[in-house]
Amino acid sequence: MKRHGILYCALALALHCVGAQAGTLDEVRARGKLNCGVTQGLAGFSSADASGNWAGLDVDFCRAVAAAIFDDASKVNFVPLSSKQRFTALQSGEIDVLSRVSTWTMQNDTALGITFVGVIYHDGQGLMVRKKLEVQSALELSGAEVCTNTGTTTELNIADFFRARSMPYKIVAFEKSDEALKAYEAERCDVYSTDASSLSAQRIKLAQPDDHVILPDLISKEPLAPAVRQNDPQWESLVRWTLFALIDAEELAVTKANADKLSRTDAAPGVRRLLGAESDYGRALGLDKDWALKAIRAVGNYGEIFDRNLGQQSPLKIERGLNKLWNNGGILFAPPVR
Amino acid sequence: MEETGRAARFWIQAALLAAVVAFAGWLVFTAWTNIGRLPVHFGLGFLSEPAGFSVLQTLIPFDERSTYGRAFVVGLLNTLLVAAIGIAIATVIGFSIGVARLAPNRLVRAVAAGYVELFRNLPLLLILFFFYFGVLRQLPPPRTGFEFAGAYLNNRGLFLPEPQGGGWFFVAAVALFAAALVLKARWRVFANVGGAVALIAALAMTHIVWPEARGLSVSGGLRLIPEFVALVAALAIYTAAYIAEIVRAGIQSVARGQGQAAAALGLTGLQAMRYVVLPQALRLVVPPLTSQYLNLTKNSSLAVAIAYPDLVSIFAGTTLAQTGQAVEIMALTMGVYLTLSLATAALLNWQNARIRA
Repeated sequence: MKRHGILYCALALALHCVGAQAGTLDEVRARGKLNCGVTQGLAGFSSADASGNWAGLDVDFCRAVAAAIFDDASKVNFVPLSSKQRFTALQSGEIDVLSRVSTWTMQNDTALGITFVGVIYHDGQGLMVRKKLEVQSALELSGAEVCTNTGTTTELNIADFFRARSMPYKIVAFEKSDEALKAYEAERCDVYSTDASSLSAQRIKLAQPDDHVILPDLISKEPLAPAVRQNDPQWESLVRWTLFALIDAEELAVTKANADKLSRTDAAPGVRRLLGAESDYGRALGLDKDWALKAIRAVGNYGEIFDRNLGQQSPLKIERGLNKLWNNGGILFAPPVR
Repeated sequence: MEETGRAARFWIQAALLAAVVAFAGWLVFTAWTNIGRLPVHFGLGFLSEPAGFSVLQTLIPFDERSTYGRAFVVGLLNTLLVAAIGIAIATVIGFSIGVARLAPNRLVRAVAAGYVELFRNLPLLLILFFFYFGVLRQLPPPRTGFEFAGAYLNNRGLFLPEPQGGGWFFVAAVALFAAALVLKARWRVFANVGGAVALIAALAMTHIVWPEARGLSVSGGLRLIPEFVALVAALAIYTAAYIAEIVRAGIQSVARGQGQAAAALGLTGLQAMRYVVLPQALRLVVPPLTSQYLNLTKNSSLAVAIAYPDLVSIFAGTTLAQTGQAVEIMALTMGVYLTLSLATAALLNWQNARIRA
């Protein structure tokens, strides 16, 4: 058996020896950058401006992970991926973290060799139609043709929704969401459907956004979650707890601005644990004790990230809704750092 | 001198072969170890699981309960349909333009040359987008679309009255007429008569299903979706430009004396082309024509850009994303294109041998 291992390693010499693999954290440290898979452009989640600067909720999450490791939020390679490339890119090691509006489903979680670390955005699939159709509810869409993009759960959700109600329909499925939107705008379809948050982002790209209305119905639940490969528990913990730390930080009122100060003052015990002033919760992750402080100092807490990219300080002006903290009427809930 | 050259060539070829084999081995090894590392179930079992999605255009019945295996067949048939119709139209346009490039009339020559230069120098994807988004945008939506003689035209497609019943008689008629084209004169008559009888039988058994404007769209009848029309049009028009050049080169390669000899025998220009020049030109035209047919078939995978449900879109797209079985799905998809290419090449090689004989 051992001899076989050596033989394989010799064969694979040209690239790297796959048999005796280093941990993902070591690979990331050696590389000096985190490879992070994002969308090819979705306002609010991950989109690049003209000079190539990425912004968005998913982007800020990757920056938080990079900051926890390197104390430098800029050490991220953003890898734009289509929805059908995304899981393969993670499986094959092309990226370390997939932070790309991906729905946490049982199939995705169990059959692909990847693990979702926690919900970063609670979403649901929505439907947009022209106002002039005078449609009030999704139930009036019998016989509709629906534009959407391939390689996502959206095709399946539409199929489920219409089939369950015995309503005839046709799906016109495009490779890219912008092509789907363009076809919808050319009236190729009656309906454009994708996750409700993306729908808001896409609607403002239309020539006449006010001629279109997003129906109140959500036809699915879409827990969007970052994912990692299944083979590295330490790395999985590191990414998962970075997400939890950002959510806990909001609950504990730790912000980008006050994090440094709070770590030095006699703040509440929960705050001191989170920021590494008491105990060392970084060790098990392979990080310094102030890993969470570094992440929060770089990008702010969950609430700040949300407001900046999706909420009231952004062009999208999406309500927090379900994504409010659990003690504030939402369902956002992270286990405590202790 | 000759001997050493041969030895050197042998060793260079041997080294190249060894390099290629080593590279292929390394690829297989890498894929194998990567698959082994992942807890992904490897195999073709997923093909019998229900797909759960629907498809815009299918030639065989397909719904959400159908399997991924059936989705594969649906995609394959849609690819074949586009390739077959695209090749037929591209050939007709290509031959016409190719002959027109050598026409005595200067205007005809200029228009043909303009066509070739325009479409050979544009990227296919751009032509595709032009037909899909450019032309489609100009068509009205269903409620205000055109209607004439029971047919509808709007941005959801072209809806035609569809004859139903008598299907097999119709197929038989088409087959007999096709056979008549290749059969010897004596049998040709029988084939034509048989075809005519079958056609009359088919029409007698037929009832027409008329399309009908209803609700949000038009239902019933035969529907050509815009994605199909745009894809066939773009592929045919683009490939025809290349075919035209091949045909022109083929005709020009026939010695001028042949045309002059035909004229001396009293044949008209068209007759000379049909009976003397074209048959000789075809010998040179067929091999490069083959590669254009192959290109058209492979280029049909650009369908994903405009939502035409071809093999790549349905199988290497949706199915891959739902199941995550990347290696199997990519291998099957590549296998299909490889088979199609080799089959087309074999068919035309056979035809080529026949022409030369």
